[in-house]
Amino acid sequence: MNASINLVALYTVARREVVRIIRIWTQTLIPPIITMTLYFVIFGKLIGGRIGTIEGFPYMQYIVPGLVMMSIINNSYMNISSSFYGAKFQRSVEEMLVSPMANWAILSGYVIGAVARGLVVGALVLLVALFFTSLHVAHPFIALAAVTFGAVIFALAGFINAVFASKFDDIALVPTFVITPLTYLGGVFYSIKMLGEPWQALSRINPILYMVNAFRYGILGISDVSVGWAFVVMLVFIAALAVAAIQLLRRGVGLRS
Amino acid sequence: MSAPHTDSPPALVVDNLRKTYRNGVEALKGVSLTVQPGDFFALLGPNGAGKSTLIGILSSLVNSTGGDAQVFGVSVNRQRSEAMKLIGLVPQEINFNQFEKPFDICVNEAGFYGIPRKLAAERAEKYLKELRLWDKAFHQAREMSGGMKRRLMIARAMMNEPKLLILDEPTAGVDIEIRRSMWHFVSGINAAGTTVILTTHYLEEAESLCRNIAIIDHGNIIENTSMKRLLATLDVETFVLDVNEAPGELPQLNGIAFRRVDDRTLEAEMARSQDLNSLFAALTGSGITVNSMRTKTNRLEELFVRLVEHGRKGPEEKAA
Repeated sequence: MNASINLVALYTVARREVVRIIRIWTQTLIPPIITMTLYFVIFGKLIGGRIGTIEGFPYMQYIVPGLVMMSIINNSYMNISSSFYGAKFQRSVEEMLVSPMANWAILSGYVIGAVARGLVVGALVLLVALFFTSLHVAHPFIALAAVTFGAVIFALAGFINAVFASKFDDIALVPTFVITPLTYLGGVFYSIKMLGEPWQALSRINPILYMVNAFRYGILGISDVSVGWAFVVMLVFIAALAVAAIQLLRRGVGLRS
Repeated sequence: MSAPHTDSPPALVVDNLRKTYRNGVEALKGVSLTVQPGDFFALLGPNGAGKSTLIGILSSLVNSTGGDAQVFGVSVNRQRSEAMKLIGLVPQEINFNQFEKPFDICVNEAGFYGIPRKLAAERAEKYLKELRLWDKAFHQAREMSGGMKRRLMIARAMMNEPKLLILDEPTAGVDIEIRRSMWHFVSGINAAGTTVILTTHYLEEAESLCRNIAIIDHGNIIENTSMKRLLATLDVETFVLDVNEAPGELPQLNGIAFRRVDDRTLEAEMARSQDLNSLFAALTGSGITVNSMRTKTNRLEELFVRLVEHGRKGPEEKAA
């Protein structure tokens, strides 16, 4: 009985999130395409032409997986943090809190919406990349699993950020001070083999490194880290963040008095 | 209106409910009350009395710090999901996404209760039409007036067709015409068997709609009785008389205290047990012609003020 209620409720939340993404497509889908096009033009074409190859791939080709993963991470995070905080701000989150739906259904619905935006933006960025370089997907399933897991991780992290946020500024803090630095230092633009110690060892504690390299392996067939280990790291992050998010919902932190 | 169903569990049992917020404010100090199925129940109290906290606990938006509440025998604390299926809530503040369309707001609300989309769409159309919002159903909600937004929250609360409908100041800031149409709708819902709990600051609304009443102040229930019984305790009533000319010397009559308001207005305070004929006889004897007359305040309003003021006095003052 409750399972069917929760499935309908989960579908309702996920559908509402996807409709929202489509309704405000000029805010959700277009800006990341423009930003990534600039990255391809400036870093890939203009500067990349002078860099040569990394691990046997032209620089433009080398950075495509990292930039796709970067856009997926940013968009899944921003989607869930702004949507859930917006619901808190307008108090429309109460519609769900006073309903019989379970906490996991609320969380899953929002995560599905965020992952959908992340993957759609990722696909669009990949399409744009094809205007600049050619790509052969080495391991499609690994590539798909890597982007999906990466999107889920940052959707969960964005949800937790929104739960704690008490003003709109709070949902911009983590992307600015945490995600952006970690992304730039996560091997999007370079191989960590180019770093000396201790920077190479330090880079290995950055979770984004594993996501970028798992996806790079899926696309190009090369990685700075063990792909198996990368998936273990991602699964551990998903489990830990999901448990934390459910606990926050159960305790009503930032939601119930 | 339907009679209470005595064979089913009470619509609501609130048992020694307590809430102390983190800042130390004790909003509820052990509140207990019972609402019977089919009742139209008024929960009144001044601002900050604890009404919204109580409603927040019933709807699971506020965590209690003691006691429990049962909705049709289902514990809000222990069986939250089951209890929430039975409740519809119209909150005090607008709490829907103003960028969504009323139809979508209602259909999504139904989805949160596990109602399939086809049935949800039928219900949304039904309740939006009944609340005269159908012509706005596919416009953004932010384009609606304040009264429309309040009616939308009622339509939304009806999507799960609740057995217990809680209305937290549903008519605040709404003009009289829309207020009356809302009363009409809610009375119809109640007549069809839904138990209704209403909080309002419009006491004539509570007096005309509700059969039973609880008054809460400073986190305590200070009165819990039937509306009839409560109104019967009002022993004194004040009438405002519009007269042709108020004399300088007022008539003297045992049990009636006259007061001159202005040249054409008098006030007469008298015991409710005293008949009005003696009042008119005294006025006629003094050569005063009464053009019209009305009660000075709503009866419930007068009792409400007295009860709250009495509750706030110390024991010595009460004894005096």
